[in-house]
Amino acid sequence: MARALINVPPRAKKGDIIEIRTLISHPMETGYRAGFNGSLIPRDIIRSFVCLYNDIEVFRAEFSPAVAANPFISFHTMATESGKLTFRWTGDKDFDVTETQEIVVE
Amino acid sequence: MIFRVCLAVLAILTASQLQAGEIAPEQRRSAYDTMSAGTRAMQDDDMANPATLWVLDGEALWSQPAGATQKSCADCHGDAKISMKGRAARYPQFDATTGGVVDLEQQINYCRRERQKATPLAFESHELLALSAWVSLQSRGARIEASTDPAAQKAIEAGRRLFTERRGQLNLSCAQCHDDNWGRSLAGATIPQGHPNGYPLYRLEWQSLGSMRRRLRNCLSGMRAELWPQDAPEYDDLEIYLMSRASSLTMESPAVRP
Repeated sequence: MARALINVPPRAKKGDIIEIRTLISHPMETGYRAGFNGSLIPRDIIRSFVCLYNDIEVFRAEFSPAVAANPFISFHTMATESGKLTFRWTGDKDFDVTETQEIVVE
Repeated sequence: MIFRVCLAVLAILTASQLQAGEIAPEQRRSAYDTMSAGTRAMQDDDMANPATLWVLDGEALWSQPAGATQKSCADCHGDAKISMKGRAARYPQFDATTGGVVDLEQQINYCRRERQKATPLAFESHELLALSAWVSLQSRGARIEASTDPAAQKAIEAGRRLFTERRGQLNLSCAQCHDDNWGRSLAGATIPQGHPNGYPLYRLEWQSLGSMRRRLRNCLSGMRAELWPQDAPEYDDLEIYLMSRASSLTMESPAVRP
């Protein structure tokens, strides 16, 4: 089970630029490393990250094998209305984690 | 390759500049001081410090029943924030019952085996690192005090001997880098004084959390020395000596290091 940490300001003023930070546990195995018997360790990475703000996509990132383990993502968006932020990480080996956070906009 | 050449150069360099003796308390520096601003920022912010992922798992494991007794750590020790405060700053310790030195990970496994009647956790396993990260976090900011236990002095002495003894194909001792040449460069990296004030720590090179023992094994292979077995008492002696050598520094666990 992957553990995800999300930091969203719980309250914001309408029109404010808010910073959102996420951290998720993942080995991000590149697929280029050899194991003990000389054969390649299969690639196991997060391929994509999406953030929805009340079901509207506000941020998306595509990941490559060069991204470090336990990827940390920080991005900004504008606080428009109260509601729900949905974060979804998907990747190799059917990796699929979704987390949500509430935000109050005044 | 560059690293190896530099090690060889360093070996020649230090042969002419050998300084006996340890770092004076007022000169002791955490490796934090020489880290890049980016790495420092990672450690300063728990949200950006990947070790937090282990800490949260450790917090959950703390109150999870285990073993034949179905007791959790919390059943005996209560709230770790109170009972474990400052504890990691006093490990490794001399343990009178076994007559040897135990570090934090071994203490956790001792509890599992004797109190919970559970199977001990494997060295460097996610669970063991998670628990030791959670316990060590409660010592953040605590001052490291050298053990005054007379029984521990023998182990500290043995550790000091190991630290100053040359070993490996490069014929280097720990002290040649960490006592005599700290602050200087080795293949683009600053040589730290080698204080264990942040373990278990997230090492960017490892892309993972790791124990002090893992770091010591890392250094040994860097010196091209034969590794002692995972449970060798040599590591215990080195660990307890390094903690006494770091006294007066503050704990940063779980730290981030390059």
